[in-house]
Parts: sequence; structure tokens; C-alpha cells
Amino acid sequence: MNATPDDAKDSRTPEVKNLEFKAALLLVAMLVLVVGSALYVMFARGMFEDTQRLVLVSDDSEGVVVGMDMTFAGFPIGRVARIELGADGTARILVDVPSKDAKWLRTSSIFTMERGLVGGTRIRAYSGVLDDPVLPDGAERTVLRGDTAAEIPKLAASMRQVLENVAALTKKDAALDAALTNVQSATERLKGPQGAMGVLMGNDEDAKKLVLTIERANALLARADALTARMDSLVNNANQQVFGQGSDKGGLVGDARVTVQQLNGLLTEARTSLQKVDAVLVEAQGIASNTREATTDLGVLRGEVESSLRKVDGLINDINRKWPFARDTEIKLP
Amino acid sequence: MTHWGRRLRLWCSTWWQVVMLGAEILVMALTPSSYATGPRRQTVLVHIVQATAPLLTGFLVLSALISVVLIRIVVATALSYGLSQYALDVLVRTLVLELIPLYAAMFVAARYAMPGAQQVREQLSAHQRAGQALGKGVLLTTELLPRALASMFSVLMLAALSCVLALVLTYVTVYGFSLWGLWGYTHSVGQVFTPAVTLIFALKTLFFSLAVAVVPLAGSAQQDAHGLYAQRSDISEFARLFSVVLLIEVLSLVGNYY
Repeated sequence: MNATPDDAKDSRTPEVKNLEFKAALLLVAMLVLVVGSALYVMFARGMFEDTQRLVLVSDDSEGVVVGMDMTFAGFPIGRVARIELGADGTARILVDVPSKDAKWLRTSSIFTMERGLVGGTRIRAYSGVLDDPVLPDGAERTVLRGDTAAEIPKLAASMRQVLENVAALTKKDAALDAALTNVQSATERLKGPQGAMGVLMGNDEDAKKLVLTIERANALLARADALTARMDSLVNNANQQVFGQGSDKGGLVGDARVTVQQLNGLLTEARTSLQKVDAVLVEAQGIASNTREATTDLGVLRGEVESSLRKVDGLINDINRKWPFARDTEIKLP
Repeated sequence: MTHWGRRLRLWCSTWWQVVMLGAEILVMALTPSSYATGPRRQTVLVHIVQATAPLLTGFLVLSALISVVLIRIVVATALSYGLSQYALDVLVRTLVLELIPLYAAMFVAARYAMPGAQQVREQLSAHQRAGQALGKGVLLTTELLPRALASMFSVLMLAALSCVLALVLTYVTVYGFSLWGLWGYTHSVGQVFTPAVTLIFALKTLFFSLAVAVVPLAGSAQQDAHGLYAQRSDISEFARLFSVVLLIEVLSLVGNYY
């Protein structure tokens, strides 16, 4: 490169008023813009936030990318910082959760990873019991996976089966076609003279028989009506006889009521008689008691009498042994 | 075959000169002692102010109009398809990351760099006719370097300002004139600007500005087949610049999405 003389300034360079100020303003503005933008992006990336680590373990990390959000109730509360393959072959998703949002994660929280048809994979946290202890820093949790895209092949297989069934149903010699033909012939017969009856019976003879049966049934119903009327009359008579409706007499029920009243009177009288009998029995009981006492006294009396009699007997014996009444009681043998 | 060979050699020689001039300008730009003092400093400052200040108002108005139209289209379309959660992501990616640097570069090229390159070529032609051909070093330091630095600064300044304006307009269009959505919006923006995306965005904007600064000037300082500085077609110059910008854009897209 050749050296350039300082006086090589282009003389046609136009003069600008306050050049230094304007240039400085532009340079400072540029500096502020660049530095401000960098700081804003760093702040937006959460580089100034105090975070805690959460490790989500999954058997597959497909769709998970560094920087994606973990949401709670639709709000982003964490960001995937790293994805690594664990020693046991499971994917370990390391999530940075800002300390101010860590309160939403509890020990009982559940983490899900869903893949919808539209959009990327989403990691969501659910905390049912917010009174549980807060999730500690560095906690490991298994993430539950739900993959809509994985369901599509199953759905397609099921749909194919359904479509094959529909095709089998709608082909020319299928049962549905025969059924529709039968429906058509049935509707033709519906339009015929026998109408729906002919369709139901299958032939005219049976339809006529059915009409005849209906007529007979009508006659039977008429007779049943008459019978019902007579039954009504019978019931009325029974009401009159039994309950006395429509007559001055009380009927059977009235008579029974009078009889019951009389029976009540009789029972009252019987109760009075029994009370009297009770009194008699009480007196008899007193008499028996007195008799028992007298009997006791009689025993004593008898004892005394027997004692007196023994004494008398002893006295007589003594008298007999004594003179002149003594007898030789000795028996002399020849 | 000879004709194609000549054209290929010319093509290679042209692009080699562009690359060499770009490298020389970069080296000079990274050596502030070569322009930070004396009359060269004044020249650089004058070109920076001339390349940026007159363009600011027009470009910001145009950028705001285009941004509002695109934001409304994207937001309304996303809402109609029930995909409003992706609207912010799409807007930041399309407007800030892709479109704004591109049309900032094109705007500066059309309004400053290419007319400036034309003036340089006219001066070179005048000097040649007067038999006072400028040396390569003099040409580089007095004419090319100030214009190149000014073009680069202008592209970076307009792109940065316009990006900030587009972000503000997007927020206002989606959330209205309130601050309740600022945290969520900041979070969404931060999710787009991953370190890789940010680096690619910065490099792309820098290379856009470098292309706008170098390609037109390299063409202007290049002699034609007869060794003269004859007038060149603006369209062919613009096509050359646009091909470079497009190549940078494609490379950035490959870096971002593959």
C-alpha cells in the first residue's frame, strides 16, 4: 500500500455545519442502540435472572430444543438449558426455572411433554396441590409424554378398516344393497291396496285374517264393555249391601259396627264381673290363709291331744298294773 | 471456448478485485490511526453524516409503513387460523431478522453507495483525462475508505433503528398502548434470539454493510477493457451488489434453519 500525503484531502468535500456534534451524536446513538439491544436480548434470554435447575427425564427427547419454554397455566416459567443422554439411556432435559417462578413447582407437580399436529413440542407443568413443599433445586422428575403424531398411524389404520367395511357394505351384491332392494319392494307394497298391513303380513290372505281378527277383537271389546258395565252395577250393589251407600240402612258394615259396639258393652260388663271375681278370689285367698293358719294350730292341738292321750294311756296302764286291777299277765305253760 | 475463457477470466479478475478492495478497506478500517486524525478524520465524519442523516427520516417512515402492513397481515392471518401464539415469533423472524437488514442495505446502496461510487468513477475519469492519475493508496484513503466507512455505518445505523422501531410497532399492534404485555413480549423476543441466531444476525448485517460499502466502490475503481473509467450501467452494478447480498442472505438462512 502506498503512503498517502495528509494534504490529499478532497477539496470538494462539502462543509457540514456542526460536523463534530452530528457525527458524535450518530456514533453515540449507534453505540447506545447496539449496547441497548444486546442488553435487552440478554435480559429477554433471562441472563440476569437467578435460576434453579430442574431435570426432566424422558425416554425420548425428540422435538425438544434448547431455549424452548416450560409453561405453567399457559405462562412460561422455565427454559430448556441443555439436553443430554443419561447413563441409563434416557434423555435428561435440564430446565432453568427463575427463582421467582419456582414457587409454582411443588414436590407433587406433574410434568408432561406433548407434541401436537401444529407447532413444536411443549413441556408443561401441573401443580395440583400448591400447599405441598416447593420443588428443591436440582430435582429430577419423569416427564409424561403425549404424542399426537404417533397416534396418526393408528388412526389411519383404524380409518382404513372403517373404509373397507364401508366399501364392503356398499358394494353391488352386499347385504346393504339387498336390504335397500327389500326396502324398495316394501315401499312399493306400502303404496298397494293392503298398505302397511300387507307389508307386515307378507300376503293378502294373512292381512285379511288380521282384519278379521281385529273385527273380532272389536266385538270382544264391546262385550267386555258390557261386562264392565255389569261389573260396575255389581259393585254398586255390593257397595249398597256392604257399605250402605244410597240407602238409609247402614249395610253390613253398619251392622258390624253396632255389633262391635254391643261387644264392647259386653266386654265392659265382663271386665266388671271379672273385677268382682278378683275381689272374691282375694277374699278366698284370705280364707285359705286363715285355714292354713288354723291347720297349723290344729297340728299343734293334735300333738297336744296325742301327748294327753299317751299320758292317759300310761295312766291307765299304771292303774291296771296296780291292785285290784292287776292281772297276771304271765302265761304259764303246762 | 476462447470467448467463454475470456469471460471467465474477467469474471474471476473482477471478483478478485472486489475481494481485495474489501480486504484493504477492512484493514484500513481496523487501523483507526489511518483516518482518526487530521483532514482524513474530517472527511470520514462528513461522509458518515452525509450517508446517514439525510436518509434517516425517509427510511424510518418507509420502514414503519412496511412494518405496520406486515405486522397487520401476520397478526390477522395468525388470529384467523388460531395460531396467534406464533405471530410474534413469525414477526420477529421475518421483520427483524430477515427483511429489515436486507432493505436497509438496499436503501443505503440505492441512495448513497451507488451514487457515491458513480462520483468516484467520474473523478477517476476526470483525473485520467487530465493526466493526473491518482495512486492506489491516495484513492483508497481519500475517496474509497471514507465512503466505505460511511456506507457501513449507515447500513448498521438504519438497520438497528429500524429493528427497534419494528419491535415497538409489533408490541403496540399486538398489545396496544399499555405495558401489561411487556414481560411476555420480551420473553417471546428472547426466545427467538438464541445465541446462534443472534450471531448469524449480527454477522449478516455486518456483511450486508460491507457488501454495500465495497462492491459499488470496487466496480467504480475498476478500469474497463480499454483501461478507461467509462460510465457503467447502474442496473448491472445493482445486480452485482444484489447477487452478493442475496448470497449472504441465503447463507444466513442456511445457518439459521438448517
